[in-house]
Amino acid sequence: MTIQREFLESIPYFTGLDATELDSVRQLIFERTVDRNEIIQFEGESAEALFFIASGAVKVFKTSAEGKEQILSIARPGDSFNDIAIFDDGPAPASAQTMSPVVLYGISKNEIQTILRQHPQVALNTIRVLVDRTRQLVELVEDLSFRHVIGRVAKILLEHAGDGTSPRPRLTQQDMAAMAGTVREVVARSLKALEDEGVIRLERHQIKIADKEALEDMVAASV
Amino acid sequence: MPFMPQIDKDKCDNCGLCVSVCTCGALVYIEETVTVIETQACGWCMMCEAVCPLGAITCPFEIVLDEVTRP
Repeated sequence: MTIQREFLESIPYFTGLDATELDSVRQLIFERTVDRNEIIQFEGESAEALFFIASGAVKVFKTSAEGKEQILSIARPGDSFNDIAIFDDGPAPASAQTMSPVVLYGISKNEIQTILRQHPQVALNTIRVLVDRTRQLVELVEDLSFRHVIGRVAKILLEHAGDGTSPRPRLTQQDMAAMAGTVREVVARSLKALEDEGVIRLERHQIKIADKEALEDMVAASV
Repeated sequence: MPFMPQIDKDKCDNCGLCVSVCTCGALVYIEETVTVIETQACGWCMMCEAVCPLGAITCPFEIVLDEVTRP
């Protein structure tokens, strides 16, 4: 697969480049195919190339000392995911693993520096990409301090729980997020945290409340 | 009949990202349209919901009191 000019132009780093500039960048791009569940980058490793996703999805995550995985983001076609290690020459702050078969486009670290010197528009675009990345991480920090949200999620679960004898409306994580004034990802983390504490069990398409009293305590504590 | 992920056809642009991450065969491309196949193999991993950039596919939950906690 050869990278198409239109796809290259859609990548935030290369927006606004003219056809000649895009063609000169295209010459420097290599392609790599990766199977599902492969780790493309380990946290702490150095990065030798900046990668963009052509097809498939990649999760970017950190692993705690206890082995718990914290997903920071999901990268989709057009996204890059290892920018920080490329531009500050430091170790990768997170790991990246494919969620599906993935095709990557890559530019080596040396070539990136050449492109930045030769194409000022790419340098300006890079600033915007890194600023956006910073903003996302600041929001993530806020989201991760979610103890106040977990109380709201607990309240929603209590209010919508049935006894299993008659059907109740089903809720998506997005529904719960809208009710709790947050986003789907925070609800997902809250549910996982509640499951880890043994308060609920996630069984296929059911959330089973195992400890109603604990949920009630969380609601009371969040007020 | 197993309960399956739900696709909002008004939101779905058939990009296929959900199909690419599905490991149980519940999501397939049929005539360039993302289609849900009913299968007991769906483990409700919710990766399809997580990767969709448009929020077009969702995995709804029924919330129930566990038998031992019911009054």
